[in-house]
Amino acid sequence: MGKQINVALIGNPNTGKTSVFNALTGLNQKVGNYPGITVEKKEGICKLPRGVKAHILDLPGTYSLNASSLDENVVIELLLNKNDKDFPDIAVVVSDVENLKRNLLLFTQIKDLEIPTILVINMADRMDYKGISLDIDYLEERLNTKIALVSTRKKEGIEKLKELIGAYKDISVKPCLNASEIDKAYFDNLRQAFPNQLLYKLWLVITQDVNFGKTSRKEIEDVSNFKTKSKADLKRLQQKETIKRYQFINNVLKVGQTIDLNNAKDLRIKLDRIVTHKIWGYLIFGIILLTIFQAIYDWSSVPMDFIDSAFASLSEWTKRQLPVGSFTNLLAEGIIPGLGGIVIFIPQIAFLFLFISVLEESGYMSRVVFLMDRIMRRFGLSGKSVVPLISGTACAIPAIMATRNIESWKERLITILVTPFTTCSARLPVYLIIIALVIPEGRIFGLGYQALTLMLLYLIGFGIAVFSAYLLNKILKIKSRTFFVVEMPNYKLPLFKNVALTVVEKTKSFVFGAGKIILAISIILWFLASFGPGENFNNAERIIKTEFVDQNLPQDDIQQKIASHKLEHSFIGIIGRTIEPAIRPLGYDWKIGIAIVSSFAAREVFVGTLATIYSVGSDEEETIKNRMAGEVNPILGGPLFNFASGISLLLFYAFAMQCMSTLAIVKRETNSWKWPILQLVIMSSFAYIVALMAFQILK
Amino acid sequence: MKYSIAHLKRGERGIITDVSSKLIPLKLLEMGCLPGNMVELVQVAPFQDPMYLNINGSHLAIRKETAMHILIEKVTHG
Repeated sequence: MGKQINVALIGNPNTGKTSVFNALTGLNQKVGNYPGITVEKKEGICKLPRGVKAHILDLPGTYSLNASSLDENVVIELLLNKNDKDFPDIAVVVSDVENLKRNLLLFTQIKDLEIPTILVINMADRMDYKGISLDIDYLEERLNTKIALVSTRKKEGIEKLKELIGAYKDISVKPCLNASEIDKAYFDNLRQAFPNQLLYKLWLVITQDVNFGKTSRKEIEDVSNFKTKSKADLKRLQQKETIKRYQFINNVLKVGQTIDLNNAKDLRIKLDRIVTHKIWGYLIFGIILLTIFQAIYDWSSVPMDFIDSAFASLSEWTKRQLPVGSFTNLLAEGIIPGLGGIVIFIPQIAFLFLFISVLEESGYMSRVVFLMDRIMRRFGLSGKSVVPLISGTACAIPAIMATRNIESWKERLITILVTPFTTCSARLPVYLIIIALVIPEGRIFGLGYQALTLMLLYLIGFGIAVFSAYLLNKILKIKSRTFFVVEMPNYKLPLFKNVALTVVEKTKSFVFGAGKIILAISIILWFLASFGPGENFNNAERIIKTEFVDQNLPQDDIQQKIASHKLEHSFIGIIGRTIEPAIRPLGYDWKIGIAIVSSFAAREVFVGTLATIYSVGSDEEETIKNRMAGEVNPILGGPLFNFASGISLLLFYAFAMQCMSTLAIVKRETNSWKWPILQLVIMSSFAYIVALMAFQILK
Repeated sequence: MKYSIAHLKRGERGIITDVSSKLIPLKLLEMGCLPGNMVELVQVAPFQDPMYLNINGSHLAIRKETAMHILIEKVTHG
């Protein structure tokens, strides 16, 4: 048992780096966050030959070591800090055979840090198709490295890569070129001022906007015998450095790579003529969106109905099997229905993540960015805002993090502020159950009314997001430089393994993340609903029996009346009735009020809360939906969940800022409390007003 | 007359001659937008903006306002 080898996977975006990571680690991986920041940290363990283990860290994709985003910063910060526990014994640079030239830029930079570096040339299976041939021996010699030709699609080359990682001590740490030639005098000075530091490392520290580790830029400027340059001069030097590196790369590839253009086929250009076309492009995008919503609604209804009734039976079964008592009730009436309220949405959330990951993996997302940029700019957004707005349909948290590649601060801030309007998966539970209650079944043009309502809600969310962006663009006075570069990667058939891992990972974190909150809240709610102060609660049985003594009511009805009398006078009933005046004009009763208040933490708690409240004291085996359908409006009569109150609730949830985690992320990403507070106040009051109007008009 | 990428029509090509404008981000250079490289306009979105380019095998999209600052020499044939 030796020590683990620390491996860092580095590469440009769209090179299949994650596929290599998945191939190396299999299911032995975990996703976390870098401490203090919200960049996703993916790490895993890989078993090498001869019982050696390697710890693999999948770093965020970056085009170079000149960071322009927080994600890219992570890469530099790690590579510059020898004391970091993840500091790599070996760096594996993943490149894509079709973009070798561009990928090598990053490779030469990492070599300059004198870390042993292996070059993976991925997607090797496409070489014939593209008419590319490589002289590997020559490339290895010129680049001072070892090369693994890998095809994750055909599962080739991974063993070779593992062997190379195992023998990392044999790999050269010599740089490929001498970049300091771009300004000899300047770099000589730098070397004299800091004789113990690596030259390229110093250069990186000087040119980055952020301070890293121990050698901060300040320290360098403070040394009196070294004069650093102005920002413009530094940028000119960076340009020179880039040109210099490309010269070297061109020279190497002139010999090491031959491309037979007669053999090259470019499906991408042909496809893009249609997919990014002025008319067809938008039509295709529309059809894709429509398909997604239809699928989420229709395909997942079967497993959902199954889960719904399974939890109802489980709760009933628990009650029968366990001895009568408080604990059994807590389990059967509090925890099980609460959990059922979240488990039921696994099918839909999985579908949503499935579609989003397929769109991203296939390269289609970049085309959407291209198509939408001009339109989005009119609203103060960027084409890149489309990605957060679409992934916001899964969850606003990763969506807000995905705004980091938007280059202009104003466009980015606006995107962050409006993203929570998009319909996230946590709203889905609320929407689905209410739509099922108040919107009739039936179809028009093969599309269900219920599916169309859902789509409409998504469109409303999106529309309001865009509209408020427009307002914010007019109101906010922020000057910021805008530039926009987006890579249009080649189309790829998504790898099943990658998609499956994403779906499982995201669904799991949704269920467990939300599950914890829901579990806690349902336990608290159950206590509040099962106990109460004073005469009215404790002697409910006697009060009801005396009241209805003359009427010859059947035993069941009496029991029902006792239960609801108890609930009304329990702690939760008292809280609920206190807030009732505020929500009555919206068409809700106090139970819905409690659900709204408790779902402030997270929207999906709404359903679990109602499930818990309605289960308390009820003996029958019933699904949540049936219980809600049976509720009667205490004042107006008729079903509580009717068209007017249903629409009012739907609209309330469409607009209200009911998610603490999102507020926390917005705080972190904007580095101020001002924006999340503004978001909370404006969104929630807007939601209240709209819901109020909807109910008053429709009732 | 000085030509920039913004002057290209769909399917046309040019050779990049000058990228020294301050309005061109470093990232663009790193992605291969350097003097001497061939650029082809693959596709434009409505209103000619953004522009989808193929620069020496690197496929990327930029806005017209950036494209205006990347000077080129038009290639008439090929």
